[in-house]
Amino acid sequence: MARTPSAREPLSFAQQLDRLEEIVRRLEAQELDLDEALKLFEEGIERLREARARLTAAEAQVKQVLSDQAGHLKVEDFDG
Amino acid sequence: MQVFLFARPTVWEEKGEFRLTVVDLLSTEAGGLWQLAFEKAKAALAKDGLLDPARKRALPRYPLRIAVVTSPDGAALRDIIAVTARRWPVAELLVLPTRVQGEGAEQEICAALALLCRVEGLDVAIIGRGGGSREDLWTFNHERVARAVAALPVPVISAVGHETDVTLCDLVADVRAPTPSAAAEAATPDRTDVLAELVHLGARLARGLAGRSGRVAERLDRTFDRLTGTLERRLERHRHELSGLAGRLDALSPLKILERGYALARDEQGRVLKRVVQFSSGLRFRLRVTDGEVAARAGES
Repeated sequence: MARTPSAREPLSFAQQLDRLEEIVRRLEAQELDLDEALKLFEEGIERLREARARLTAAEAQVKQVLSDQAGHLKVEDFDG
Repeated sequence: MQVFLFARPTVWEEKGEFRLTVVDLLSTEAGGLWQLAFEKAKAALAKDGLLDPARKRALPRYPLRIAVVTSPDGAALRDIIAVTARRWPVAELLVLPTRVQGEGAEQEICAALALLCRVEGLDVAIIGRGGGSREDLWTFNHERVARAVAALPVPVISAVGHETDVTLCDLVADVRAPTPSAAAEAATPDRTDVLAELVHLGARLARGLAGRSGRVAERLDRTFDRLTGTLERRLERHRHELSGLAGRLDALSPLKILERGYALARDEQGRVLKRVVQFSSGLRFRLRVTDGEVAARAGES
């Protein structure tokens, strides 16, 4: 299933950063109405906040992938 | 080719037979047999284009799911977990446990790699083990293993050999790392760097908007100046017109005429009395002279 970034679907971290960079570039180009600029700024702040939350909240998760007898994938916590 | 044989001898007296059961076979040349097998497999891989540098894929900048194919209880896995937890805890590590040495290890690795291909949302894979003797690393020189690594759907980092011994697995991987820790470092960005980058982007964002709104405020100011400027100029013009008008009105005022000695006669209702017939005998009227009014009455005619 192809993933297209939209307002509804959460972006991957890389997509989020790419979008943020695009917003900054457009704001810096200074070619926007104040209205548009404000809208972009607000989106930028939101993306920034999300990205920072993702970075700071995360705690490395380790799982292991096994295959059961029927050949189905089994993902469980790994305690090594 | 000369070889050394390690063998168990058996003697059958009745049949007059002497048998050797080969336990191990070693080349007399340094690494002779190993080298031969290695070169043969390498040539086969090269023939299929699997060693082509153009095949190498770039690693993702911000991986969220990292697969690790290695022994579940080796130092390699501990190192990879430690480095990832320190640098990029954002990522989820998915371990595909397998034996990495010994009889049948290559089948296990190939099975783990096949399993890896079925995991969704992977960004990058690490395959590796800690250092070991040449024999220990041999599993990763199997052509089957190398082909399975080359066929992975995501970029793969190989951390198998050490500086001196390059394995076929290293050669087909997208990136070769000298140690498992180095592999984890190659796979992940440093969170501190990314946070600094975020701070930088935030500052640019704020400056971008400030620049934008600053320019708007400037334009508003200019427009306001121009607006009030015209207003003032128009008012000034009107003031001029008004004072001219006032002068003209003044000249027309009947009061000016009174100054010259004329008088204005009006009846009680304020109507101006201009003709003799209007002055009936005894009529009370008012005379407006330059400095005020006087009451008057018409005499007998």
